[in-house]
Amino acid sequence: MKIAVCIKRVPVMEVKFAIAKDGASVDETGLKYDVNDFDLWAVEAALQLNEKNAPGEVTVISLGPDAASEQIRKALSMGADKGVLLKADKVPGDAFAVAEALAAELKAGAYDVILFGKKSIDFDNSATGAMVGELLGLPVVTGVSKLEIAGGKGTAHRAVEGGVEVLEFPLPAIVTVDEGLNKERLPSLKGIMAAKKKPLETKPAQLGGAGVTVSKMELPPERAAGRIVGEGAAAVPELVRLLQSEAKVL
Amino acid sequence: MANVFAYAESRGGEVRKAGLEAVTAARQLADQTGGGEVHALLAGAPGVAAQAARLAEVGADVVYVVEHAGLAQYDAESLAATAAERIRAGGYRAAVFSATTQGKDLSPRVAAKLRAALAPDAVAIGVEGDAIVVRHPMYTGKVVGTLSIAASPALLSVRLGAVAPAPNAKAGRVETIQPAADPGASKVRVVELREGSKGKIDLGEAPVIVAGGRGLKAADNFKLVDELADAFGNAATGATRAVTDEGWRPHSEQIGQTGRVVSPELYVAVGISGAIQHLAGMRTSKTIVAINKDKEAPIFKIADYGIVGDVFDVVPALTQAVRAAKAAH
Ligand SMILES: Cc1cc2nc3c(=O)[nH]c(=O)nc-3n(C[C@H](O)[C@H](O)[C@H](O)COP(=O)(O)OP(=O)(O)OC[C@H]3O[C@@H](n4cnc5c(N)ncnc54)[C@H](O)[C@@H]3O)c2cc1C
Ligand SMILES: Nc1ncnc2c1ncn2[C@@H]1O[C@H](COP(=O)(O)O)[C@@H](O)[C@H]1O
Repeated sequence: MKIAVCIKRVPVMEVKFAIAKDGASVDETGLKYDVNDFDLWAVEAALQLNEKNAPGEVTVISLGPDAASEQIRKALSMGADKGVLLKADKVPGDAFAVAEALAAELKAGAYDVILFGKKSIDFDNSATGAMVGELLGLPVVTGVSKLEIAGGKGTAHRAVEGGVEVLEFPLPAIVTVDEGLNKERLPSLKGIMAAKKKPLETKPAQLGGAGVTVSKMELPPERAAGRIVGEGAAAVPELVRLLQSEAKVL
Repeated sequence: MANVFAYAESRGGEVRKAGLEAVTAARQLADQTGGGEVHALLAGAPGVAAQAARLAEVGADVVYVVEHAGLAQYDAESLAATAAERIRAGGYRAAVFSATTQGKDLSPRVAAKLRAALAPDAVAIGVEGDAIVVRHPMYTGKVVGTLSIAASPALLSVRLGAVAPAPNAKAGRVETIQPAADPGASKVRVVELREGSKGKIDLGEAPVIVAGGRGLKAADNFKLVDELADAFGNAATGATRAVTDEGWRPHSEQIGQTGRVVSPELYVAVGISGAIQHLAGMRTSKTIVAINKDKEAPIFKIADYGIVGDVFDVVPALTQAVRAAKAAH
């Protein structure tokens, strides 16, 4: 099977962010980057599908600055076969702009399955995969926590409000990956060496105009420090009193 | 003066809280852009039209109703086609969806069909000059972005709890329409719906969430969480990743960076340390209570009220006290 995986370079979140001078982006000073969590599971899913349905080829695609080639290399070192960097110095906050550029690249690839993460943890649009599906006229299943492909058709599970849907769909198709589908493998030393020789093509991203602009970014207000009501079960009556009279939630 | 569209989510023939909130949000936008009409789209199996009155109560001037046996369950392809066609025909300034699992699946499809801009997961909505603006949490909730859309239609999805439905009765004139695509012809087919426990409140909709962490020590002990949730009566249960990794609870209950993002009136964290990836999913809760035996646990930094103590001692006492308080009402 030919599988494509769209992966995004995102900051490692265990930091206190600062807002950049433009007031509408985060200050990148000192940030570390990694592959978006959900996209790592998408890469893992692609590798597992191809291990089951060999032979196959996994292409990873990222739209981002030159530095995003590090994240593509990580996916290659996990076992993906080749990478494409759609170069854009600034990644637009508008999911549709990104979706159009990704769709332009994916269109000619004749992929059987195209995998996305359910959401990017930086912009949190939860939109790109479904938009690409519409642009390419492909069936889309979002937020998949179980995935099987056999005989030219797919079966997936997705959690919805009130239960779990079991879905069937024809290929080619787009699937966006939720947590719980798998645990990503760590790149082996051998994988890291091999990745250096794998093809990574760079081309400019075909970005159109953006309909959504990020006009401002701010840090959310800090929560006021709370208080310890007391210790052990003895503190319960006071807690209940506070929930009733102060917080008014009981 | 501009009209605004709202997709009114329903399930099992009933409008969800999400649907009422989408109409409420649309009402607010219509009023802020000069008092236009709100047109809601309500889809489901035959009989769903009876729910139109509930949408009128919170501000729908017109309710477009699509009834089809194939829409007893959410059918993305058919509904996206129908919503896109209606929005195109209506010439709306904005179209409001819910930032629920369903809404997050539907809204980007509709946006792409219309080549329209989508501002997702809004916690606040408004109008600035000629632009529709929303506040959207980003970077796992550590940054809040202001997104702005100048062109029409501006699509947005609104997080549950961002607006409160209030009585604002309008005519709610019902117009029956046909689905723009036959649900039976959808490429993706739901072959089975495994329903969760009946009668359980959705995490997203629950005013109260009782969430358990590794401090509960074993799957069986989650009965403490269930019992406390029961005592509140209007509570859903949640969990940390440590717990879903252990398989003590399903992933669908996980709250946090890679789980659900929730914003209830009251969040009770039981035996949860408060790792930042967990906080990412619940920090916007209105009131947070934490029960943890370690007084240094980071959860106490964001909790409004904390009890330092053993969950096996505190939670049963709290369950009893909540039951008593509810009974006294
Ligand atoms: C990329 C990434 C994504 C992640 N996404 C998520 C996510 O979406 N959601 C999430 O929750 N986590 C997520 N995590 C995991 C997160 O970092 C923490 O590991 C997790 O939240 C810890 O869960 P916990 O609080 O249940 O367990 P612990 O951190 O082990 O805390 C258990 C707490 O229970 C207390 N305790 C123990 N016994 C008792 C007792 N008898 N009475 C009272 N208190 C007791 C302890 O003092 C401790 O504070 C993610 C991690 C990574 C790296
Ligand atoms: N710049 C990008 N490059 C490659 N893939 C992306 C990019 N942005 C988003 N995606 C993909 O789209 C998914 C959803 O992102 P989002 O719609 O931003 O939440 C991500 O998990 C990725 O799979």
